[in-house]
Amino acid sequence: MPRLSADARHRIRFKLNGRTVEADAEPRMLLTDFLRHNLAMTGTHVGCEHGVCGACTVEIDGVPARACLTLAVQADGSDIRTIEGLAPAPGRLSILQEAFRRHHALQCGFCTAGILLSLECYLRDNPSPNEAALRDYLGGHLCRCTGYVPIIAAALDAAARLREVHKLA
Amino acid sequence: MKPARFDYLRAGTLAEAHATLASEGEDARVLAGGQSLVPMLSMRMARPKVLIDIMHLPQLAKIESDGNTIHIGAGVRQAKLLAWPEIHERQPLLAAALPWVGHAQTRSRGTVCGSVAHADPSAEIPLALLALKGAIHLSSRQRQRRVPAADFFTGMMSTARNDDELIEAVEVPCHTPGHGYAFHEFGRRHGDFAIVACAAVAHADGVRLAIGGVADCPAVRDYPDLTDTALDDALEGFSWELDARDDLHATESFRRNLVRQLGRAAIEEARRCRA
Repeated sequence: MPRLSADARHRIRFKLNGRTVEADAEPRMLLTDFLRHNLAMTGTHVGCEHGVCGACTVEIDGVPARACLTLAVQADGSDIRTIEGLAPAPGRLSILQEAFRRHHALQCGFCTAGILLSLECYLRDNPSPNEAALRDYLGGHLCRCTGYVPIIAAALDAAARLREVHKLA
Repeated sequence: MKPARFDYLRAGTLAEAHATLASEGEDARVLAGGQSLVPMLSMRMARPKVLIDIMHLPQLAKIESDGNTIHIGAGVRQAKLLAWPEIHERQPLLAAALPWVGHAQTRSRGTVCGSVAHADPSAEIPLALLALKGAIHLSSRQRQRRVPAADFFTGMMSTARNDDELIEAVEVPCHTPGHGYAFHEFGRRHGDFAIVACAAVAHADGVRLAIGGVADCPAVRDYPDLTDTALDDALEGFSWELDARDDLHATESFRRNLVRQLGRAAIEEARRCRA
């Protein structure tokens, strides 16, 4: 890759929710803005814009990452998953999303996309999480509505259901 | 909160990164995981003309150990070091400190060397490096050099790195039999910046205590095996020497108190682990 000039827009290409997408961006553009403005994927929310609140968390190459602490140019060539990629089909929710609904693990929903992406990564690596570890892990997200208790309950419930599904598979 | 304009160079070789650092000097910044640098860009506290992305250099993404030291390359993410199967056995203090670094969601991208380069006064990795007598490997187009951690951190977010240099790796001594280690931290919430963080290493002749979060950069003292009031006096002295200041998060006297309490707890735990 040649040196990309600050004043020009450059073609950025990556895999988003399983399909290749591309658009142009200046080097200084954050991944949050690239997703929302250039790709019209507005499910990823922008909160604090300095990595503290967790609202913009997406999955980059299999790990949770703050989209606001990532430049769009850094993401070129990577594999990204956002909230738009969680539901298995239109009108159907994933097991984790369904658990969030059942447990009232969201009210305003601003933080939810980030938390869901974070938990997707965590439950994949830790299929039998304990509550203390989940609380520690969710320390990377701020939610001002729920008090976190329903979020933990939903995560534990989803983990149990995912274990059942994998046993059947 | 959007960064000012900069060029972006995805370095294909280390030589390319060195050449850009040599020609651009302080106008260039090395970009690794971006977990400290990108907020600095967004808040416009850093306004480089060019960012040099070093995360596509596979030779920098290695953790290596010869049994005496652990060599952690500039591309090694914090999560990767924490998940390294040998970390607990090779260096228990690093294993104890890493879970305090940011959150899981930032450790997944942030690098060990990036935290060292950023040199935040309350950062855990610089603190551990100082306590363990680690070293920083710097390289430029002209030369390579190894700087002990004690000489590297020179002040608030300032280090001994020259403008044309990049951190290629950090080096941490492995666990020495007979040594005990402990890490204690206090923050408002887990994952917040430390108000006070302590790393203690107990060895046959005494104890080494490093404190972060109080002074402009981590500070360290070596003590003989003090107990009871002698230890209280030593910690009291250390707490005053750190020049604690009031800010939004804590008063200076609260910080001194944390140094005394956490310092003692860390020393006692390290001694127990020494046995």
